[in-house]
Amino acid sequence: MIDLIWLIPLLPLVGFLVNGLGRDVLPKSLVGVIGSGVVLIAFLLSCGVFSTIYALRQAGESAVFTQPVFEWISAGNLRVSLSFLVDPLSAIMLLIVTGIGFLIHVYSIGYMQHDTGFAKFFAYLNLFIFFMLLLVLGSNYLVMFIGWEGVGLCSYLLIGFWFKNSSYANAAKKAFVMNRIGDLGFLIAVFLIFTTFGTLEFAGIFPQAAKMVMGDATLLLITLLLFVAATGKSAQIPLFTWLPDAMAGPTPVSALIHAATMVTAGIYMIARSNILFTLSPITLQVVAAIGICTALLAAAIAVTQNDIKKVLAYSTVSQLGYMFLGLGVGAFTGAFFHVITHAFFKALLFLGAGSVIHAMSDEQDMRSMGGLKKHLPVTYVTMLIGTIAIAGIPPLSGFFSKDEILAHAFAHNKVLWVLGFAGALFTAFYMFRMLFLTFFGRFRGTSEQASHLHESPITMTIPLIVLAVLAALGGLLNVPSALGGHHALASFLEPVFADSVAKAGEFHLEHTTEYILMGISAVAAVIMAIIAYQQYVSKAVVPLSDDSPRSALSRLSYRKFYVDELYDTLVVRPLNALSLFFYRKVDKGGIDGIVNGLGGAAGESSKGIRLLQSGNVGFYIFMMVIAVVALLAYGIFNG
Amino acid sequence: METIVQQIQGVPLNHYILFCSLIFTIGVIGVLIRRNVIIIMMSVELMLNSVNLLLTAFSAYSGDPAGQVFVFFIMALAAAEVAVGLAIIVMVYRNTRSVDINALNRLRG
Repeated sequence: MIDLIWLIPLLPLVGFLVNGLGRDVLPKSLVGVIGSGVVLIAFLLSCGVFSTIYALRQAGESAVFTQPVFEWISAGNLRVSLSFLVDPLSAIMLLIVTGIGFLIHVYSIGYMQHDTGFAKFFAYLNLFIFFMLLLVLGSNYLVMFIGWEGVGLCSYLLIGFWFKNSSYANAAKKAFVMNRIGDLGFLIAVFLIFTTFGTLEFAGIFPQAAKMVMGDATLLLITLLLFVAATGKSAQIPLFTWLPDAMAGPTPVSALIHAATMVTAGIYMIARSNILFTLSPITLQVVAAIGICTALLAAAIAVTQNDIKKVLAYSTVSQLGYMFLGLGVGAFTGAFFHVITHAFFKALLFLGAGSVIHAMSDEQDMRSMGGLKKHLPVTYVTMLIGTIAIAGIPPLSGFFSKDEILAHAFAHNKVLWVLGFAGALFTAFYMFRMLFLTFFGRFRGTSEQASHLHESPITMTIPLIVLAVLAALGGLLNVPSALGGHHALASFLEPVFADSVAKAGEFHLEHTTEYILMGISAVAAVIMAIIAYQQYVSKAVVPLSDDSPRSALSRLSYRKFYVDELYDTLVVRPLNALSLFFYRKVDKGGIDGIVNGLGGAAGESSKGIRLLQSGNVGFYIFMMVIAVVALLAYGIFNG
Repeated sequence: METIVQQIQGVPLNHYILFCSLIFTIGVIGVLIRRNVIIIMMSVELMLNSVNLLLTAFSAYSGDPAGQVFVFFIMALAAAEVAVGLAIIVMVYRNTRSVDINALNRLRG
């Protein structure tokens, strides 16, 4: 099974070509089957690969397989091959990408049924899965970079899927440009890696790096640049504003790309390069600081948002902040565990939101919703599970993963724990706010919308149910020993992070301290849920409309802390002015001026010289005489 | 022979040079000023003949017959040139019914 690794990315690529080229001829049902089918087969192959790796890890052996496909670049010292690497880390990512990808493909069959670009959508989704698989399977930084850029491209294509709307197209452009800014960091880091280590293969770099001294300056630079790339891809400060705008894309896109897979690429990349980061403690501090700041900022914004997808978008940014916080305090397994559980419950929440939007005839404002739980029972129950999971209430999955990160944060720096705890309070509050505004109370929409309210078709509800089960039970993957578990995920991933753990030291926290921390977070989350219930169900508060006056704090949060406006003033306007300057003064004035000027000069001079041709023979003879005299004079005086 | 040459050399060479330059200049001015193409041809002939005279004078003064031989060449050439020039003038007259050079401005740009 292991030698079929190359099939896993190939199948979605074939799906892309078939659906893309045949988009006008294939019937919709066939498109849906092909699109989902290739991902299903890729998922089954990934299961096979995973079971092989799992069996090896159970036997206590290291499980790393490389499969070279072909020699790609061979220029002097630079030898890069297109090859795939499978180890515990990528095996799990394979399952997530193909598994959740498959569920979302099935969901899209129902969701995009009435869209004219149905086949194009599935083609783009398959292309995205292909690039994402390249990213996680790549055995060197360059193959990872191909996948990295490719998912950025697919994100652009899918966010701007309904391109006829110019604001959606602008959102897609914004996402792509911000991603590219991060990609610059990645590229420079790759150059530095090559000059430092002489190779781009992971298997070549990490053993060399393990011998380097802690705090090495080159490694610091490399890791900082890699982190810049991660901020672009995973929407952290300062490159996060694209993700809320990316909600312009269809909801399955938001679920797949901006919740479960693409945005986790940054964390995957850092987890893969963990030894480089462990040897650069300054970078890790930066990572943790930016992670927690982003988590809090996004959580503060999410509290006042009224668009159901925007709440989830800011929630994603916030949870990604937690993952980076986890990486920054050395909880590599914890952060990755949060990636897994977040993929489950965030995809679930987005798909559920899509189901709600579908039922509400494409209305996304929660102020027009309410009381939907009797009309959309399956959606309600699954979203309830998702909300409890994300709020971190035991025994659902979010509790285990978030708590592991917070425990490491506590051991590292108490302030980080306090801030993380505050963020968790926000999270519980705004998620339950979202749930209550949408599903409880009285319906606040139009009667037109009320008449169309219906539960979604089975292609949409089955993925919801599957994801709800995963979100509920996902915590069992890594139950900490404090609660009597065997932290299965940690032992599974142990060889990936072994060097880092050796350098950074083992993590120790007294069991009693852990119990206290867990207890505090669980109780606090429940309290915030109760407060939200009081506010939005008992008192049936409806959020303010856009033009009503707000308190300063509320306005700050609702206007997203004016970050977009800040970027507009600092970056967009100067760039536009510069571009206008180049266009007017340099291109039109300068270059066109020179070219037109030459033409004009030729024209003017020819007009003048043309007058010499008067047809007057006497004038011609006169000129001849003058010329002869001049030549003679020259001859006499100079010759 | 001697006496003829001596008599010729009685006239200072500068006189000849001045005289020929004068005739040449008159010829040039004639070409430039006159409107009738036949008069222009005559002025061209005048220029040629002035040069002939000067050449002969130099030849006489230096005793080198090459100058006079050259004069023969120039005369033959002048004759050929006049023949062709008059033929052109006849064709021009047939087309424009005029021997005025100002009527020949078809080459105007």
